Amino acid sequence: MQKKALHLKVIKWLEWAILSIALTVMLFPLIMVFTDSLMGKQELLETCGAVLADTADETTFRVFPCYPTLRSYVRLLLDTPEYFTAFWNSVIQVATVLVGQLIVAVPAAWAFAQFRFPGKQALELLYMVLMILPFQVTMVSGYLVLDALQLLDTRAAVILPAIFSTLPVFILQKTFAGIPEEMIEAAKLDGAGSFRIFFSIGIPLGMPGIFSILILGFLEYWNAIEAPMTYLKKEALWPLSVYLPRMMDGELLTIFAASVVTMLPAVLLFLEGQESLERGIALSGVGNSEEHR
Amino acid sequence: MQKRRRQPSCKRWTLTLRSRIEKNKRYQKECRSGYLFLLPSLLGTGGFVLLPFLDVFRRSFVRAVGNGFVGMENYRQVLENKAFRLAAVNTVRFMGICLPLLLGLSLLLALLIQRLPRFQKWVKTGFLLPMAIPAASVVVFFRMLFDKRGWLNQLLCLFGFQTKEWLSSGLAFWVLVFCYIWKNLGYDMILWLAGLQAVGEEQYEAARVQGAGEWMCFWYITLPQLKETVFVTGLLSFVNAFRVFREAYLLAGDYPHESIYMLQHLLNNWFVNLDIQKMTAAAVLLVIVVGGVLCAKKSSTS
Repeated sequence: MQKKALHLKVIKWLEWAILSIALTVMLFPLIMVFTDSLMGKQELLETCGAVLADTADETTFRVFPCYPTLRSYVRLLLDTPEYFTAFWNSVIQVATVLVGQLIVAVPAAWAFAQFRFPGKQALELLYMVLMILPFQVTMVSGYLVLDALQLLDTRAAVILPAIFSTLPVFILQKTFAGIPEEMIEAAKLDGAGSFRIFFSIGIPLGMPGIFSILILGFLEYWNAIEAPMTYLKKEALWPLSVYLPRMMDGELLTIFAASVVTMLPAVLLFLEGQESLERGIALSGVGNSEEHR
Repeated sequence: MQKRRRQPSCKRWTLTLRSRIEKNKRYQKECRSGYLFLLPSLLGTGGFVLLPFLDVFRRSFVRAVGNGFVGMENYRQVLENKAFRLAAVNTVRFMGICLPLLLGLSLLLALLIQRLPRFQKWVKTGFLLPMAIPAASVVVFFRMLFDKRGWLNQLLCLFGFQTKEWLSSGLAFWVLVFCYIWKNLGYDMILWLAGLQAVGEEQYEAARVQGAGEWMCFWYITLPQLKETVFVTGLLSFVNAFRVFREAYLLAGDYPHESIYMLQHLLNNWFVNLDIQKMTAAAVLLVIVVGGVLCAKKSSTS
């Protein structure tokens, strides 16, 4: 019996060890970017100069700065107006895409989840295919339309196609399908029309899913690289995600600070909405899990 | 006598007819509402993707200059193109290695986390966080880590190993695999956890009473019930696998080492070089492949 207890204890320790090692690996990049952002110019040249600025011969590895300073942030916030333009571009693009997706994708997911109509299966398959296809496959067709509408090199070139992305439809559909049928039947017997049902049952009960497509959408479009890179030639319209890598060729001091400021909105939103995000992701996987319990 | 017998059946007949008409009306109404809700999305998708794609389809059979019909010539050129073959093989290889690896690791992680008595929420946060980080923000770290003179090689040197060319050799492939798993591990873990939670506790208890060990419980109870989760998790991981292009592009540019030269790179380069003919043909081919695989998958599950 004692032997078995010991055995269990060893397994427990082993599990903790694996988890903590894995967790360290996961968080290490973030920690490094953050601590490096607190380094001064001299220290950055010592640690990263060889790779990023081609000044020194060797890099040195150092997790914590010897002389922590906020100078890089001051420099970034006071001296790089281009960074703010890019930040603002990102904000506008992400916000409009999300609002548009709410208007377009939520009813579409409701349609797939609640109604029968001819051609539904084919459309569902089509939406799935569109969801999977990488951006590069629809790049030409997108270019043709945007060119015909004379939208290239405008914000709309990035915003409009993103609004009609089919991924949020797929994610929400399961959430909506998990709404108990009796509720909808009861509402119908009380004489509620389909819009009434959508607004007073579908949307309130689908909230976790809606939150999670908003958060996932934010993370996705805050990180947009392919579309702006292809459709926006004007640098003044570039979002952060495209502008930031360009900064690496510039001044060494601000790179890490700029990286931290770029990830900050995403991280804050994530920490704030983690629970609803988790619930939403879970719902997209197994449907309404409340039912199973 | 006969009349009396006939009457009720006649009535019944009109009744069923009426209810059938009623039903039909309701179905028609349902159809109409269905289309109405779908309309905004359908219009946008049609305008921005489907109609232009028809044009792409037409162009894939046409010569670059003028409008001469060339039949399958563009397709032949694409399929014979060396770069296309390399990129296709690389993409398939990446998917073939990454997806099982990611699914396996995240399932293992979910099983470990599920058993945690405390700190579950914090551990989950830690694993999910990389998902929130924009590629552009960490690429500077990855560049520092994997550069020829970077931190990883420094570390190897310190322990007396030989330094390696991480980004300009076949190892680049594994660097990319690492980036992909780093980013997607948390997302898949959440999906697995949801699937695991849906399995009823009573089933385990019943099995344990009959003397089943943990391994047997997992193999005979948990795994079979995770089937649907496997499909969704696999599908979403597949979608995200194409997005690893961002990391690859930011780390290694337009023309990375040939082990990570993917279809996304190739199409991007064809686009930049205005190689529209090859590009359209390749796009049509890819749509056919993805659609075909999905169709096959769908018909095999239902």
